[in-house]
Amino acid sequence: MATASPPVPGRPARVRRPAQDVAGLGIGRAVGFLAPALLLIGAFLVFPAIWTIYIGITNYRLTGVEAVSPSIVGLANYTRALNDALFHNALWLTLLFVLGSAIIGQNILGFALAWTMRRARPAVRRTVEALVLLAWILPSTVVAYLWIAFFDRDTGTLNSILGTQGTAWLIDYPMVCLVLFNTWRGTAFSMMLYSSALQAVPPSQLESARMVGASGWQTLRDIVFPHIRGHVLTNTLLISLWTANDFSPFLLTKGGPNHESETVPVYIYNVALQGGELGYSSAISFLLLIANLLVALLYLRLLRRRS
Amino acid sequence: MTPAYVVRRIGFYTVICAITLFFAVPMLWIASAPFDASPGLGVRWPDWTLENFRKTLSHPYALHSMVNSLLICVTTAVAVTAFAALASYALSRVRIPGRDALLYGLLLLSSVVTGTAAMVPIFVMMFQLGLIDSRFGVALVMTGGLLPAAIFILKDFVDAVPKSYEESARVFGASTLQILRDVVLPVARPGLATIMVWAFVNAWGNFLVPFLLIRSIEKQPGAVLLQTFTDEGGSANLAVIPVFSLLFSIPVVVLYLLVNSRYGFRFHGGIKS
Repeated sequence: MATASPPVPGRPARVRRPAQDVAGLGIGRAVGFLAPALLLIGAFLVFPAIWTIYIGITNYRLTGVEAVSPSIVGLANYTRALNDALFHNALWLTLLFVLGSAIIGQNILGFALAWTMRRARPAVRRTVEALVLLAWILPSTVVAYLWIAFFDRDTGTLNSILGTQGTAWLIDYPMVCLVLFNTWRGTAFSMMLYSSALQAVPPSQLESARMVGASGWQTLRDIVFPHIRGHVLTNTLLISLWTANDFSPFLLTKGGPNHESETVPVYIYNVALQGGELGYSSAISFLLLIANLLVALLYLRLLRRRS
Repeated sequence: MTPAYVVRRIGFYTVICAITLFFAVPMLWIASAPFDASPGLGVRWPDWTLENFRKTLSHPYALHSMVNSLLICVTTAVAVTAFAALASYALSRVRIPGRDALLYGLLLLSSVVTGTAAMVPIFVMMFQLGLIDSRFGVALVMTGGLLPAAIFILKDFVDAVPKSYEESARVFGASTLQILRDVVLPVARPGLATIMVWAFVNAWGNFLVPFLLIRSIEKQPGAVLLQTFTDEGGSANLAVIPVFSLLFSIPVVVLYLLVNSRYGFRFHGGIKS
């Protein structure tokens, strides 16, 4: 169950035609075609999501008496979350993570790459894009090792470059490391999205901006941005949602040291599987689901308005 | 060539170089460490040897975990492709009552119910079903998670297939199943191949689901096993980790290049976990 990406904005608007059953399938067989997929989605996606609500109002635990016979505790888990300093810490760190690596990092670097690569030589363009894409497609466990090696205290590449041997980046500055890591990891998506969005900017307008002597910044602000505003919004929502749900911080820091990089997904895991508190972690999962739902609804609304 | 222009060009290439280095430098380790006689976490010109490969291949679980990964990912990819193909064809061609609401719901599901948000109920559910420590269980969970997005991407492909093909086949008296097998299936092949690779790559890189659901080391796929390589002293086993990382990345990169060269990179949702 990955963060499976929904279809992406920027593709040509689909022509809405009434569906024609040209092969003569018939509604009965069509429903039969749908059934296996819907059964699997129902069992392994919809049911767990709904079940979270129920587990979230019990004191269900991984071990002990409550594992055998959990009892309903009402909203106790939610009131506990309100006063849980570690949960507040996780929310705050997730906010920093999303703000730093998605909203600022991936967005700006992705746009900068799309904008500059537009006019670069094909060889340069292909090389840079291949590297950025490679960072995106490598398996996350492998990427985690690349960055653990990069940040290593004794022989890490970063310390060799900066001449700061002995700095344990992942322990001293865990959130900075995570933001850098996730910017590196996810920029490809924004780069590709902005590349295709920039193709919709009429070249004639860019040309006239150049003729009247507009600076690069003015061109971006007055010509390019109005054309891609919708893409910026939808892209930001999507990468924020993915980043907030990203489990890879666990691979780099396990949430440590001392909860300093424990984002919400890592916190859920630690509470549920390390602490064994399935009820409480379900309540937090439900809050995450609600947040996801709100972002996704907003995203689809914006998408619909644009087309 | 005014001086201002030259300065701008130099600035431009400096920025490009900096960005390229930012993306390239962390990857150097996986290119050098596997071939180094005394591999560490640093990047240096290797003392060429293939000894690490021998050590990795003779590791008791390394190859085994690749087989586990293959097993899980092939099952997932085939199931996702088959079920998504059937569903997307039905959704594209037949006006099933409530179709638009269903499509909207699928689109929401694909981004709302993420692995991290659903890990607790999925763990509890699989625990109660007795599917903990089952590779098949892992494949089932991954299939359920990937299907909504897969149906969407494939429906776009099917929508783009001209209906006239099916119409003319029907005029010539082909049965429904013949049309599906001999007309629709071949035309939709690029879409099916893309979705299969997409599902495979997603499942291959997925760490969370097997990490939650699989207990015994001989059933772990590569993504999880890679986290557990330690030497006798308990510290990271640096003879095995770089080589295994390299070998484990190859299928993903090869499949990606294959789809890219055969069908061109189509930008729908992206091949990403």
